[in-house]
Amino acid sequence: MATRATAIEDVRTGEVTQAVYEHPFVVRLCHWVNAVSLFVMVGSGFQIFRAFPSFGAKIPQKDLLDWPKALALGGWLGGALQWHLTFMWIYIATGLVYIGYQIFSGNYKQVLFARRDLPGVWPMVQHYFFFGPKPLTKEVYNPLQKHAYTSAIGLGVLSVLTGLAIWKPVQLSWLAWMMGGFHLARLWHFLIMWAMLAFVFGHLVMVVLHGWNNFVSMLTGWKRDPEYDLE
Amino acid sequence: MNSRIDSCQFKTISRRGLLKLTPVAVLGAFAIPQLQKPLLKGGLRFSDWASTRLFRSGHLAPTFTDSDLTPFEKFPINDYDVDDPEVDLDKWTLAVSGSVQKPGDYTLAQIHALPKVTQNTRHVCVEGWDVIGRFGGVRLSDFLKTIGADPTARFISVECADDYYESIDIATAMHPQSLLCYEMYGQPLTPEHGAPLRLSIPTTIGYKQAKYLTHLKVSHVLEKVGYWEDQGYPEFYGL
Repeated sequence: MATRATAIEDVRTGEVTQAVYEHPFVVRLCHWVNAVSLFVMVGSGFQIFRAFPSFGAKIPQKDLLDWPKALALGGWLGGALQWHLTFMWIYIATGLVYIGYQIFSGNYKQVLFARRDLPGVWPMVQHYFFFGPKPLTKEVYNPLQKHAYTSAIGLGVLSVLTGLAIWKPVQLSWLAWMMGGFHLARLWHFLIMWAMLAFVFGHLVMVVLHGWNNFVSMLTGWKRDPEYDLE
Repeated sequence: MNSRIDSCQFKTISRRGLLKLTPVAVLGAFAIPQLQKPLLKGGLRFSDWASTRLFRSGHLAPTFTDSDLTPFEKFPINDYDVDDPEVDLDKWTLAVSGSVQKPGDYTLAQIHALPKVTQNTRHVCVEGWDVIGRFGGVRLSDFLKTIGADPTARFISVECADDYYESIDIATAMHPQSLLCYEMYGQPLTPEHGAPLRLSIPTTIGYKQAKYLTHLKVSHVLEKVGYWEDQGYPEFYGL
């Protein structure tokens, strides 16, 4: 699974560096559209949550947390619903395009956590958390990265399914039933959002740690001086 | 074999890769104040359209056993104005108009004369809470038959004693679980819950289920959709 590199020769100095085309166009497009959608969905979701910030009974109402209005989008419940009900279509469409592309292009192999990645998990954990030596990898993503990205896509699917169960608890009553009913589906929707936010936080930390070349690769597709081994 | 290019070529390739991402900038239209409203209106309309398509007239909302019921005193009272609009129950009638063969004022006794239906169903509020209540009344479809509603009509609009107004599409109105409700938990409606007559429609959201009904109109065209819809809520919020 070695990754193919392109040698780039500096026209002035003659110095040669390597670059890898990591992210196909569709993946980059979906990534950035989804970054915007996720921001809108979370922001408007918080405003919707402010209308009833509880997962218990309405009477008596015990609020779970008083979410600040400044960190919510839409101004009021109706406004937030408009954002949520608009961007959910963009969010779903992006997800379908992304998953469809990954499957049909075969590019999913780069990111999907599979059985063969299992042996590499522990050495990677040791490297990240216990100052262990950096394991040699010949792929764009190491086993832990694959695990994180595969989980994030799973969370995306679950966020849509739980959202649909809340939006249509009658027409999609089987979906709501699978989640323990409308009431619980609302809780799962909320918890999945937090899991997603945890992923986004970790993701951003890693982007900062991995530096500029890594960030640029999600914009242009190309990563210069990749941190993994090349053939 | 690895390919080899010079740094100028690489710059061109990278720039091209970046430029291909310009479609993302389209989303920036949502940040422009003049465009924001129409775009969100469009999104809302699309959601309403999808909701209409998802509605199945034969699909029943889940029903519940008596042990699942939310206690009556814990059934929330939501209003946009007053809890009790002080309806004079003795003089109350439901004024029926529009595309019907028998318009006029209908008394509670006339409505009681239709077959009674009692059901335990979930009431879902747009705010996010839900309760399970016991609702008794007559099928809206039976009442529409009684007043001779035009079968080609498309909407039912209602007006309320507290000046609230709402409307529902005919498919939702004809659904077997859609009730003109005069009873909750086996007792006549209390003033706060909409005495003497309210809508109870388990296939739709709470704000559609108007209380303290005074007028009912059958029509082909909607003059106004509903109080909360006018503030920006979805027009078709079928569950």
